[in-house]
Amino acid sequence: MSDLIRVVDAEQATRNERKALGFWIYIMTDCVLFATLFATYAVLHGNVFGGPAGKDIFNLPFVLAETLILLTSSFTMGLATIMAAKGNRHQAYTWLAATFILGFSFLMMEISEFGSLIIDGNGPSRSAFLSSFFTLVGTHGLHITVGLLWILVMLWRFYKHGLKKQDLHRLSLLALFWHFLDVIWIFIFTIVYLMGSLS
Amino acid sequence: MTRVRVNRSRNIAIAIFLALVTVAIVALFVFLLAGKPIPVLETHGTIADQERTIIIITALLAAIVVVPVFAMLAIFAWRYRAGNSRAKYQPNMSGHRGLELLWWGIPCLIILVLGIITYVSTHNLDPYKQLPLAKGQTPVKVQVVALQWRWLFIYPGTQTASMNDLTIPVNTPIELSITADAPMNSFWIPALAGQVYAMSGMSTKLNLSADSVGTYNGVSSNISGSGFAAMSFKVHVVNSADYKSWVQQGAHSMSMLTYSDYEDIAKPSNDSTPRIYMLMDDNLFNDIINSYTSASPNQNGSMEMGN
Amino acid sequence: MNNLREIIFGRLTWQAFQHDPIMGGAGVFMVVALLAIMGYVTYKHKWGWLWRNWFTSLDPKKIGAMYLIVAFIMLLRGLADALMMRGQQALASGANGYLSADHFQQVFTAHGSIMIFFVAMGIVFGVINLIVPLQIGARDVAFPKLNSISFWLFAAGMIIINAPLIAGEFSTAGWLAYPPLSELQYSPGVGVDYWIWSLQIAGIGSLISSINFVVTIFKMRAPGMTLMKMPIFVWSVLGSMVLVMFAFPILTATLGMLSLGRLLGMHFFTAGGGGDAMMYVNLIWAWGHPEVYILVLPAFGIFSEVVPVFSKKKLFGYTSMVWAIAIITLLSFTVWLHHFFTMGAGADVNTFFGIMTMIIAIPTGVKVFNWIFTMWRGRVQFTTAMWWFIAFVVSFTLGGVAGVMMSVPPADFQFHNSLFLVAHFHTMIIGGVVFGAFAGFNYWFPKFFGFKLNERIGRWSVFMWVLGFLLAFTPLYILGFMGATRRLDHYDASLGWQGLFIVAAVGVGLILVGIGLQLLQVGVSIWQRKQSLDTSGDPWDGRTLEWSLPNPPAEYNFAVIPTVTERDAFWVAKHNNAQPSTDYEPIVVPENSGLGAVVGSLALVFGLAIVWHIWWLVIVTLVGVILALIISLTRDEMYTVITTDEIKQIEAAREGAAA
Repeated sequence: MSDLIRVVDAEQATRNERKALGFWIYIMTDCVLFATLFATYAVLHGNVFGGPAGKDIFNLPFVLAETLILLTSSFTMGLATIMAAKGNRHQAYTWLAATFILGFSFLMMEISEFGSLIIDGNGPSRSAFLSSFFTLVGTHGLHITVGLLWILVMLWRFYKHGLKKQDLHRLSLLALFWHFLDVIWIFIFTIVYLMGSLS
Repeated sequence: MTRVRVNRSRNIAIAIFLALVTVAIVALFVFLLAGKPIPVLETHGTIADQERTIIIITALLAAIVVVPVFAMLAIFAWRYRAGNSRAKYQPNMSGHRGLELLWWGIPCLIILVLGIITYVSTHNLDPYKQLPLAKGQTPVKVQVVALQWRWLFIYPGTQTASMNDLTIPVNTPIELSITADAPMNSFWIPALAGQVYAMSGMSTKLNLSADSVGTYNGVSSNISGSGFAAMSFKVHVVNSADYKSWVQQGAHSMSMLTYSDYEDIAKPSNDSTPRIYMLMDDNLFNDIINSYTSASPNQNGSMEMGN
Repeated sequence: MNNLREIIFGRLTWQAFQHDPIMGGAGVFMVVALLAIMGYVTYKHKWGWLWRNWFTSLDPKKIGAMYLIVAFIMLLRGLADALMMRGQQALASGANGYLSADHFQQVFTAHGSIMIFFVAMGIVFGVINLIVPLQIGARDVAFPKLNSISFWLFAAGMIIINAPLIAGEFSTAGWLAYPPLSELQYSPGVGVDYWIWSLQIAGIGSLISSINFVVTIFKMRAPGMTLMKMPIFVWSVLGSMVLVMFAFPILTATLGMLSLGRLLGMHFFTAGGGGDAMMYVNLIWAWGHPEVYILVLPAFGIFSEVVPVFSKKKLFGYTSMVWAIAIITLLSFTVWLHHFFTMGAGADVNTFFGIMTMIIAIPTGVKVFNWIFTMWRGRVQFTTAMWWFIAFVVSFTLGGVAGVMMSVPPADFQFHNSLFLVAHFHTMIIGGVVFGAFAGFNYWFPKFFGFKLNERIGRWSVFMWVLGFLLAFTPLYILGFMGATRRLDHYDASLGWQGLFIVAAVGVGLILVGIGLQLLQVGVSIWQRKQSLDTSGDPWDGRTLEWSLPNPPAEYNFAVIPTVTERDAFWVAKHNNAQPSTDYEPIVVPENSGLGAVVGSLALVFGLAIVWHIWWLVIVTLVGVILALIISLTRDEMYTVITTDEIKQIEAAREGAAA
């Protein structure tokens, strides 16, 4: 019997190792996806076709607030990971919940930004610039949504099962994903919003 | 002993059979090609002439690699066949530095030569590059619009435009500006010059010159919808006197071409009959391009591709 | 009332099911064949067996087999399309032929898309699934469940691309759907949407697969098998999968943008609205050129296995081969613009991409020389697999010459979009990928079935294929010089092309005879399997680890994971008379999982719903996929363990059967 436990433990360890590498590779393929969307934005951002340009519609303070919220959520995600590793279930749970609230606020702000643009008649079908803007930022938002769902599932697992070893591994992948989205957002903030508002 | 002889005569029979099949296929192709036009090789324009030369040179350069490959394949297959115990056998040989250097090196040299040819010829035969003019000569400018599924040719500065009929003077540099009011097409006259895409909202360029009087085929080589296969036109290369009288015809044509007339003929149609129009709007070509590039047409300048 | 119908059925109406006799006939045939198969399975009470042993199986050998079955059926579909096209062009000299322009355009679009995405890709993933774990001494792939999802997404894409035969019509925009032709303005129907979602769903499957196999190769090799001791086939798969990893996200994004344009009226590639169709052409080829190497690298790998085994000699220049694969992998991302030199990008840009294209021919040429020199001072056995290799070298080299000719931009201006180009890429892809697959099929068949294929009929099939192949494509090279462009549903009689088109059609007919002979080969071999039985597991005197296993390998492949010391690990072990270890350890095997089949089915319905704008169903299936994934991913992993005693029993039983 101990033989079996040893074999299963070893199997689980190697599986986690594979998952970590696989997840890194997935992140890389996602980078290629975003790179394609960034390239598209770079090509099309000038094609306003009589519609507004970036500087006409971007509300920089608003976006800065969005950015700070997302950056903070990355920080709280880091805290959650550390606390979980220490075995502090309550703290891990709290910080993960904080991450969710911050991420959710970010998403709501993005949705409200999109909403007001669409109401003003500057929706994604207005011009090539707006199509590429909505798609790039929206794809990031979609990733955030997936991340939020994932956080919910993790919260539920922690609530129901406590800090199981397998869940700690899952949390590390989730954290990786969340930080990755943060990095992507920094690029979006710089390339789309900052450079768009300046030019 | 007898078995060996049987095998040998069978091999000879197979060889003869294969040779006969090859000869029959070649004969068939020769027969099918007899008297048929092969415009990419039977060229009638300075650009297509040079492009043909490059095609032949590259094929010959590639042959430097291909001929030894085929020879070795045949020889090794025969010499080192399992039944031939006289041939050397070195099961553990895993490579040979010198030989490998040879086939990394020789292709590199060939590509070096080919690369130089590519650099020179690509710049020489750039479709955007104007052809040299003889003294006192002016290039003939023609604007080309790909429609669904016809070709409109506009001769700016004259009063002439034509449908599915490109008439140009012999031995004169021709500057074509090409756009599309349709899905992407590709403008190709194999006997005169290689092709260039025709795309809406922008203008591409093609410079060419025909060196003998005659009629040649032009086509769209890029799928552009259901009528695409019929999107061919005739190119009439005529002497300069005939060209002058042809270009006068527009002024006497009964069908006029304003922007609103144009919108009418730009509707999808499979009617490939050549026509001639009296051009009423010298800015038609730019207006067609602008209709794609600006929110309200006829405002901004056109967009150009490349140089 | 009408509104309600639209809410429930979207754009789907009764009219969508009404087709002309030819297309309708194909649809009816498909439905009848499906019903017949399903009826047979029901009659034999085999659904449970099918579900347990195949549909939910996570054994890569079974998943690989399913890929190959789908690919073969799609090969027949693609060939039927080819025959229709060649028939049309043989008839349509100065006339209209028997197909309408619209139908003809659907046929060639389907032919290209199906052959690349569902035949060539199916072959690639099928062979990889079957062979890679065996060759690296692994029991499984890294992520068995994902592997199953990949396959079922592939299957869903396959069904979507065939669905137009039943409802609606297929895209007429060519296999790469260049905008603005593929935009709503010029293609308002469901055709392009079918194309997009078929490729999108299958493409995501491919992307997941690539991650799976890269991790498998990096993490699951037998102890001692360093990278430079891997079989060359594994190297070529690694190159291919790395390409998928980098190229397919581009496809996903590009198809996504094209779809957003069609669904939400966005302007990425539209004519007008500020869209830029040239960007689509750039993006699609930034995926499309690597795709060519994704397909052909594994075929190179197969030949690198076949040639040494049948020459009874080590592979010539292993290190060179690895470098060649690496260089091809890298350079394949630097040549995409050669697909559209005629866009007018300027001489400097064209020169750069032309020269890069020529450079990529160097490592490819090196591989050919290394294969030929593997025969040098060997003992070459002319098995069917070896004949496929010879056919490959001839075809691939000639196609390569055409490729180098077209890499010079001014020459390409005369070849682009002509039948010369069509002939070129068919000589490369059929000569490379398809002949490679056939070589692999003949070579690895005994490993999975326990008996060899009939050699005599095999040789005849090679001969017929090559003859048909020459007759089908030589006329196209010639027609290119005659100024014939691709995709013409009719042409002027005065051009004198008809004779050559008839020869090409005859060629396709001979290829079909070749396929018939291959089917005969399999049939006769099954019939006479007693004479060609192989109980040793090593019928060809093989060199790599898969031949160390009995035929067919057990579910866990290796009872004891071998330790590797050199290249050609099994060959070395044989010559050192090493006995396989019986030091058994308990083996963990994955449990069956229906997740793949569930996700695949939902993806299929999702795809069809979005094509027909049935929004409620889109939402339902999307939520379904998310729920299925959450449930499956959060479940604690279960482990099925085969104990040492069980392994002893299984291995003893197998040896008993073999002896």
